[in-house]
Amino acid sequence: MINIIKDATRISKTPLTTTQSTKLSTTEKVALSLKKRHQKEKRFIRTGFFAVIFGFMLVVVLISDITSKALPAFHQHWVKLDVNYQSDWLSVDSDTTQTVFIEQLQTANYRKVLKNSLYDMFPSSDGKKLSRKDKRQLFKLFSTNAEFTLKNELIVTPTQINKSVTIWLRLDDDVDSYLKEDFPIGEAGLRISKQQAQWLAQLTSEQRIESRFNFSFFTASDSREPELAGIKGALMGTLLTLFVTLLLSFPLGVAGALYLEEFAPKNRWTDLIEININNLAAVPSIVFGLLGLAVIINIFGLPRSAPLVGGIVLTLMTMPTIIIASRAAIKAVSPSIREAALGLGASKMQVTFSHVLPQAMPGIITGAIIGIAQALGETAPLLMIGMVAFIVDVPTSIVDSATVLPVQIFLWADSPERAFLAKTSAAILVLLSLLLVINITATVLRSKFEKK
Amino acid sequence: MNSSLLFIALLSLTLFSYWYGLKRSIKVAGGTEHRKDLTCLPEQFGLLTAMVCGLPALITLLIFNSAEPFVIEQLLTATLPAKIKTLSSVDFGLYLNNIRSIASSETAQTLIKVIELPINIDVREQYQAALTLQTLNHQSTWLKTGLVLVIAVANVIMLVRKFNLTFKARQQSETIIHTLLVASSAIAILTTLGIIVSVLFESIHFFKSVPVTDFIFGTQWSPQTAMRSDQVGGSGSFGAIPLFAGTMLITFIAMLLAVPVGLMIAIYLSQYASTRLRAFAKPMLEVLAGIPTVVYGFFAALTVAPVIRNVGEHFGLSVASESALAAGLVMGTMIIPFVSSLSEDAISAVPQSLKEASLGMGATNSETVIKVLLPAALPGIVGAILLAISRAIGETMIVVMAAGMAANLTANPLDSVTTVTVQIVTLLTGDQEFDSPKTLAAFALGLMLFITTLGLNILALKVVQKYREQYD
Repeated sequence: MINIIKDATRISKTPLTTTQSTKLSTTEKVALSLKKRHQKEKRFIRTGFFAVIFGFMLVVVLISDITSKALPAFHQHWVKLDVNYQSDWLSVDSDTTQTVFIEQLQTANYRKVLKNSLYDMFPSSDGKKLSRKDKRQLFKLFSTNAEFTLKNELIVTPTQINKSVTIWLRLDDDVDSYLKEDFPIGEAGLRISKQQAQWLAQLTSEQRIESRFNFSFFTASDSREPELAGIKGALMGTLLTLFVTLLLSFPLGVAGALYLEEFAPKNRWTDLIEININNLAAVPSIVFGLLGLAVIINIFGLPRSAPLVGGIVLTLMTMPTIIIASRAAIKAVSPSIREAALGLGASKMQVTFSHVLPQAMPGIITGAIIGIAQALGETAPLLMIGMVAFIVDVPTSIVDSATVLPVQIFLWADSPERAFLAKTSAAILVLLSLLLVINITATVLRSKFEKK
Repeated sequence: MNSSLLFIALLSLTLFSYWYGLKRSIKVAGGTEHRKDLTCLPEQFGLLTAMVCGLPALITLLIFNSAEPFVIEQLLTATLPAKIKTLSSVDFGLYLNNIRSIASSETAQTLIKVIELPINIDVREQYQAALTLQTLNHQSTWLKTGLVLVIAVANVIMLVRKFNLTFKARQQSETIIHTLLVASSAIAILTTLGIIVSVLFESIHFFKSVPVTDFIFGTQWSPQTAMRSDQVGGSGSFGAIPLFAGTMLITFIAMLLAVPVGLMIAIYLSQYASTRLRAFAKPMLEVLAGIPTVVYGFFAALTVAPVIRNVGEHFGLSVASESALAAGLVMGTMIIPFVSSLSEDAISAVPQSLKEASLGMGATNSETVIKVLLPAALPGIVGAILLAISRAIGETMIVVMAAGMAANLTANPLDSVTTVTVQIVTLLTGDQEFDSPKTLAAFALGLMLFITTLGLNILALKVVQKYREQYD
């Protein structure tokens, strides 16, 4: 094509120099406009290229923004503290019998131990006693579960009573954020006072502060305290919900697709089903949530917030996807296979289940995995059926109250504490990695089956 | 026996009956060496027995479980003293909940002991009711277990008695499977029906207290109603115009980003890009399509919105912290791959001859695209855009996290607006009684959403179908 244009230019150049420019032939007009047209072409290509680059940039910005926000959540600062388990602070009697003593340890005053140990460590600068405000601020440096750490430590080894012990404790989330991000003191949203910063500097110089990998993010459940919150509960909820979804949507979806492709007569009923499936695939997910609330919870009386209900709602939502993908896979099975089996005397049902279905399986499984990936990221319908509650216990069955990972992300994103920002991003990273794993599995499975 | 245990028992019984049916058929034939005398394979006898054992019992279990709470509540209500029955529905619900929590936390012995104590008559009545509830629950569980197991076993026995050499086990089991297949495909219809009935029913309920015209044409949205007369609350006005306007504003912003970018990507990838770039760009865009919406919502609320506010303030504009612009732009990002892949399909469906004719006449590539390919693919592209709009209208998480709650009637993209989906979520999350106009309003909004998206989808399909007829 470029050659043609070049030829046109060559031809048009000769007459242009000889004849008058008042009357131009078509060829001349074309030649004159060529430069402009080529510029337009270039501009058009450039715009297209920029659109593609823009798309890339969006992906890169999104992923890198979330990753950079998530990184602080994967480690956590701990502080080494010398704690003195004095029995009068604990208000236990160490001279009684062993059983009474152990019982007393359960209800002893560990907060006082922590506080007094702290006050000993940080005498006020002018040698006087700490003011009440200072005391409160000092205590606030530590996570709310610090006293339980002390308790567990003493219960495991009761011989430590009346002795001074070195214990690693979690710092409060605000302190943790301060140490990680080095924000100026007094910035909005970060509640660290000058005095607290001074103490922290002292602790750092004494090498008492250490940054560790945050295992509890994966082993703990949700908590109001960001430094204690983890995703285990949400992960279990997701697992249970997806289990129900897969258990229901896969057989139902495949059965529906088999009927429509292999058995359904061409009539109004079949048309109606097809129109319905296509429309359901495009209904907003929140409408399925309304259905779940009005029918599954209010009419059938299934428990709110349960993975069972969540799974049913997600099944209704993903079934059209699975049916459409399965139908495509079934349609792709060569008719010669069906005819050969029918010719050998197999019944229609035998042909379908022993020949067509195994042949179509790779495509069906890929479709099911895509459906599950869709269900994994879904949030809105689950908000409708009450899977949005604050749940501390890890769910163990499909009728327990539970939440799922996307809803956990939604809940944390709403929390005002600064440390939840990193937690939310980290939870998003976990969700995205799960989706990546699922999609890679689908691709690998498909290529493996196709080779056979 | 609780339901999950019963389910497992039923499952093992079904497996056992497969084996039993198989053995019985061989026995009917007169030993393994005579199995050829049967009209059907022994495995087919087994399959039929298993299905006859499991299916009716499972259906009974499901029906029983869904009816159980309702029936027990009715029976319990019948035993309650008359003055409790006259309580308002809210107080009565609380009373029942109280009884349920007592019944689930105490053992029967403790309850009997408490009842025998000389205590307040009201408290005694509650404990008495809790005891009744426990007895009812207990009886119902036994009834359920018995019923399900008896049905399973009786069906198997009745079937096995009919076994003979010419028994058509395969045909019978195939009929059952066929019915199951039909039922599975009918779930799609049941779902649609369920959506329509539930949403429509609650909406009609809502329109009894709020006139339809007030809902569709009202310009004031403040669903907070006072629960008691002495409480300070909103006026409880349900005019949905601000919500529709907000939805349209955000959708418009999203389309303003998604349509040009998506279309240009589609054109570049289908007409200009090298195979290598295509192989790289397509999965990259699919990543954009596969990211959960809650992630986009987080990105919009915590990254894009602050950036827009800072830039706006730099130029001296007042930008709301939950601006429509932020939500719209991020929603547009989400929809780009949707528009690009559907438009690419439409463009590549244009017959090659049209393109070649245009190029042969000396048109440049871009001229061919703009003057030949796009007009020819226009119905497909319009269909794609309609589907994208329907997606944007129904999208929930981005707007819940990044758009505001206040129903402002404005066209300023820097202002905060609210959308239909945001209001549905706000009205329905949290505990409130189900029958207040506030919760019912969510269903009316859901009805509007369903009708709109359904209409758009049907329209899109029609447009695309018409276009296909032209070239096939």
